[in-house]
Amino acid sequence: MSKKTLVEATINGETVEFLCEPRQSLLETLRDVLELTGSKEGCLTGDCGACTVLVDGRPVCSCLMLGVEAQGKNIVTVEGLAINGVLHVLQNKFLEHAALQCGICTPGFLISAKSLLDRNPKPTEHEVRYALAGNLCRCTGYDKIVKAVLDAAADIRSQGEGKAAAR
Amino acid sequence: MSRRVTLNLGFQGNTRDVTVVIPDDEPTPWQWGERLSVVGKPTPRVDGPLKATGAAHYTYDIELPGMLYGAILRSPRPHARIRNIDLSAAEHLDGVRAVLALEDREIRFAGQEVAAVAAISSDLAADALKLIKVDYEKMPFVVDMDRAMADFAPRVFGSGSNVGRTSTSSVGNVARGLEVAANTIEAAYTTAVQTHVCLETHGAVASFNAARDQLTVWCSTQGVFSVRDDLAVYFSLPPDNVRVVCEFLGGGFGSKFGATPEMIVAARLAGATGVPVKVMLPRGDEHRSTGNRPNSEQKVKLGVDRDGKLTAIDLVQRGSGGIGGGAGSAGPFKSIYRCANIRTEERNIYTNAGPASPMRAPGWPQGCFALELAMDEMARKAGIDRLEFRRRNSDNPVRAAEYEIGARAFGWAEKNSSPKSSGAFKRGVGVASAEWHAVGVPGPEAQVIAHRDGAVEVRVGTQDIGTGTRTILAIVAAEELGLPVDRVKSEIGDTRFLFSVPSGGSLSAPSNTPAVRQAAAHLKDKLFRIAAPILGAEPDDLEASDGFIRVRTNPSRSLAFADVCKRIPGDSISAQGERVANYEGFRTDQAGCQFAEVEVDTETGIVRVTHVVAVHDAGRIIDPLMARSQVNGGILMGIGFALFENRRMDPMLGIMVNPTMDDYKLLGSLDVPRIDVTFFEVANGITNTGVMGLGEVAHVASAAAVACAVYDAIGVPVRSLPITPDRVLAALGRA
Ligand code: FES
Ligand code: FES
Repeated sequence: MSKKTLVEATINGETVEFLCEPRQSLLETLRDVLELTGSKEGCLTGDCGACTVLVDGRPVCSCLMLGVEAQGKNIVTVEGLAINGVLHVLQNKFLEHAALQCGICTPGFLISAKSLLDRNPKPTEHEVRYALAGNLCRCTGYDKIVKAVLDAAADIRSQGEGKAAAR
Repeated sequence: MSRRVTLNLGFQGNTRDVTVVIPDDEPTPWQWGERLSVVGKPTPRVDGPLKATGAAHYTYDIELPGMLYGAILRSPRPHARIRNIDLSAAEHLDGVRAVLALEDREIRFAGQEVAAVAAISSDLAADALKLIKVDYEKMPFVVDMDRAMADFAPRVFGSGSNVGRTSTSSVGNVARGLEVAANTIEAAYTTAVQTHVCLETHGAVASFNAARDQLTVWCSTQGVFSVRDDLAVYFSLPPDNVRVVCEFLGGGFGSKFGATPEMIVAARLAGATGVPVKVMLPRGDEHRSTGNRPNSEQKVKLGVDRDGKLTAIDLVQRGSGGIGGGAGSAGPFKSIYRCANIRTEERNIYTNAGPASPMRAPGWPQGCFALELAMDEMARKAGIDRLEFRRRNSDNPVRAAEYEIGARAFGWAEKNSSPKSSGAFKRGVGVASAEWHAVGVPGPEAQVIAHRDGAVEVRVGTQDIGTGTRTILAIVAAEELGLPVDRVKSEIGDTRFLFSVPSGGSLSAPSNTPAVRQAAAHLKDKLFRIAAPILGAEPDDLEASDGFIRVRTNPSRSLAFADVCKRIPGDSISAQGERVANYEGFRTDQAGCQFAEVEVDTETGIVRVTHVVAVHDAGRIIDPLMARSQVNGGILMGIGFALFENRRMDPMLGIMVNPTMDDYKLLGSLDVPRIDVTFFEVANGITNTGVMGLGEVAHVASAAAVACAVYDAIGVPVRSLPITPDRVLAALGRA
């Protein structure tokens, strides 16, 4: 077993320190070390997007990044979307539109969608589809996911850009 | 005791009275036009918030104290005898707790299980696998279906032939039917091997309590009870000593029935180490080893008379499910269209590739593709409109109605006649018919419990493959008890609950909902007996609705449901219900049709699906939100089958060359069109809920409709799936 490294990062708004092996991926670190099992593993090759997290605001396949690379970074996982038990508008829209079935791809989609809406609060349907192209789903047919994201964008806009989009 | 009830059954504009005999304690089946309060209304998934917040625990997310991580070594060779396995180096690696050689001495496909380890981390387990030395004696192999049929082909199973038994069926006289036909066509169609690609791979966590001889397995399965029974046999334990749990499941599509190898490995490693062991399959192993839809070659002949009626349908088919069977595709040929002369011949060819397993309507998407494209070729030759040709040859009144609804929603008349071309892009439309028989089976039992605080719980030993089982069970119980859905909680996914059937074969909804409704009705009777003396009425005079229990003839005399619950002696009151045998009912078959529009870039050969309209009947729809999702999913998998998916084997090495989610192409959000789904409600009276399963029927016609649309667009049929750009260009003579 290799020596562990001490890493300090901000995860879902909290500063945390953890030990991880140099070869552990960020996904493994989140799931096994920090017990944040919301980020899922579908492939470990960067193809399915189930492990997507935000790193300094950018969507990243956490299976392709090392845990030690999280040093000093600001990371948001699906567990960080709801605040004090209040669901994020994207989560609500996914439920309302039945944009999930087995649900194992859902955390990754939510994070990719959040990253899109943070950058572009007024996406076209094509922009939504493009932003979600790195996330694979075997159950839903995507259509409802796309509608949920468009609907969430509309909601955020109507709530006033500032407040809702900041989350 | 039983009673006779007369039910009004059928669909809009076509209902009739049917008398059925039902057990005394069975609620009267819902009839045509029956107004229900929560059934049929969109109810968001009850476990959705858990899934959307990352709080739902799938097998992979289970962590137990002291748990080890298991990994499986697989053969890199397609056919070999194992002379020797040297486990010692792996055993000596720091952190490794157990190493097992798995019994099989003869390897028949690349990816077959050879050995397994358990270690304190998954990385260490992977390291340990590399230290296992296996001495393979190479044997000749064959992965190609054509080559496997040759006289001197290497044998997959020792002495036995690679050509399995032929199954044939015949009605009428096909030779005569072709003779008398005014027009005939003859063509060969092929489809590729498709893998299930559940986003959650197969996996299990096993824990063995030696003192109690008790095995507990958390696993990703479509059937907790079938896993329990298999494990009990494998480990010679009484079934009661095996508990199987599956709280959340990341897809199955037919690949997750029974105890699969990783469950047995996890349990053996747990037995060997005395601590829990988790085994999750890597994606590559999932592709290679956990099942697939066999490929097919289908030689089709059709004949029609002058009126455009089919006079002959002939199919000679073969397919290979690797070392497994079940490659037949004759289903659609035998039943979608009416014809007096039908002959089918199916043959299973063995090859050194991973075993097939059931996959969403086994055999039907392949068969439907070949049949429907042949129908279009025939229609063109005979000069008949394609939709009209189908109408003329289908005698199913449900489908007839669905064709009309679909054609209108899709805009068939305009789209079918408008010009095909704008420059290099050619547009086309197609229609295909689906069929299934998802009426469910008797067997499941349900328990419904009312607590003193007014909360209601449904418990069934089923599992949710992703279709929304928890939600629909809660809806059915809420309907019967006159409650809002959020007052009812569904507990599933555990063999400690009453028996249920696997979630596959479109069985879940039609098999479980009637048991839940009956249990809820029995519970209601018990609550009525508590409420009756207070309301000064007989239990038989009470009804439950809007959260109240009231006197039917005097609704102002009522008690809130929760107030009745407060009078429950003890902590709770419960009742059971069983799923009784199917009644005669209205119809047991399910029709469906799908329309697809495509755009073909004739310069690159790329096909894009731009719109799909699906019309399906599923008996009574419990939750249109969940039902629609399922149809969308069936279409998604069908378009993938039509355009992208192809498990490729290297004929020289005998291995799968594309076992990743990148090289094995799946549809992404940019590849999928707008999907419009319409449900055609049929009251069938087959069970007390009249629900039918949707998972399979929604998938049967999807690839076929796309293939027909491509033919319409470019005027040449592409008779092989997937319809890749090179095939399109070849069809256009531009390759
Ligand atoms: S697990 Fe990271 S992209 Fe699939
Ligand atoms: S909901 Fe199952 S993979 Fe997306």
